[in-house]
Amino acid sequence: MSATVENTRLRVLEVLDSVCDPEIPTVSIRDLGIVRAVDVCDESGDIQVQVMITPTYSGCPAMQVIEQDIQEALGRAGIDHVAVEQVLYPPWTTDWITDEGRRDLLATGITPPACRACEEGPTETGIRCPRCGSDQTSVLSGFGATACKALWRCDHCLEPFDYFKPH
Amino acid sequence: MTNKIDTDQFRFELLTRLGDSALIMGHRLSEWSGDAPTLEEDMALSNIALDLIGQARLWLTAAAQAEGAGRTEDDLAYQRDVRDWRNLHLVELPNGDFGRTMLRQYFFDTYHLLLLEGLSEGSDREISGIAAKTLKEVRYHLRHSSGWVVRLGDGTQDSHRRMVNALDICTPCVPELFEVDEVYRTLEAQGFVPAMNDLQAQWERQVSAVLSEATLSMPEITNPMSGGRTGLHSEHLGYLLAEMQFLQRAYPGATW
Repeated sequence: MSATVENTRLRVLEVLDSVCDPEIPTVSIRDLGIVRAVDVCDESGDIQVQVMITPTYSGCPAMQVIEQDIQEALGRAGIDHVAVEQVLYPPWTTDWITDEGRRDLLATGITPPACRACEEGPTETGIRCPRCGSDQTSVLSGFGATACKALWRCDHCLEPFDYFKPH
Repeated sequence: MTNKIDTDQFRFELLTRLGDSALIMGHRLSEWSGDAPTLEEDMALSNIALDLIGQARLWLTAAAQAEGAGRTEDDLAYQRDVRDWRNLHLVELPNGDFGRTMLRQYFFDTYHLLLLEGLSEGSDREISGIAAKTLKEVRYHLRHSSGWVVRLGDGTQDSHRRMVNALDICTPCVPELFEVDEVYRTLEAQGFVPAMNDLQAQWERQVSAVLSEATLSMPEITNPMSGGRTGLHSEHLGYLLAEMQFLQRAYPGATW
């Protein structure tokens, strides 16, 4: 692999760190596990970039916006010839959310998944309030403001909050 | 064994059946948007509708590719008339009251999850990939609808009465879920789709357990529906399509 190709790859990853989910604008698409791969190749001096992304939920309306945001962010960084492609398999899971992504979710007031979805399956225990940290919480609705969240309430501080569903 | 269904026509048929039932179910649920009994249910039904419409897009995009006639997912969704639709009768049933919507959803979700689990282990890689992705969403749908069937069946006198009424309306659509025609039989023999006998046995076992918890039982089926997968439908589908397809019929090719 040539130095240009590897440098471009690192630069692309750096730029993708600044692209956020349009519905959770404080968490990057890399930290959410939406970016699956970045391939860079050198076609006789022409650097081609391919970014593979995967949808969180099948009906996620944010995918198109995410594709555009990737193109625009890379364009601003002077990286052209970018193809963004969707892959479905292996299916996205919340287990791919990074530790930094989990911290960002919590700071935004969204409780990150309380379990590893693929190993344990969804459970509804140990879900803590993102504000006061209490584990005295109860579910209000299994479905929330977006496909990936459920609506919960803290029985200690009485505030409602979003819970990022294990998936 | 190849890793793709080799008869394009059968592949198109299977993909259209999967896409059509998801799309019509999703459209029906979307009719509750802004109109559900509580705000939480409004969000839940709209979210489930969104999942199903997203799933339909995946299936119909693959169907259009399999057909290879230059049609797109949108052409399939907006430009086919009633007899070309391959969905089940169950999903075109009108919503009725909230109880009927939930019972219909529970019957569908149970079938849908078993089908997708089987497809995810099938040998067509594109189909198993979409199934593996979508079944995770359907698990949440099933958890929601089964919970409501128990709450309403084992609820007040009025909610119980409504669920008994819902059973009378939804159960005639049950035998069709497990109907097998030449397309399915061929794909079943080749290992692309789950064995329908096993699927039916599991459906009946699971549904009977939930209904019994809900203090309900399956009525005898005297007038079963049949043939949705081959284009035979009730009058309800035409009205649904008239609304869903209106814009593309009135302004063909419109984009925004």
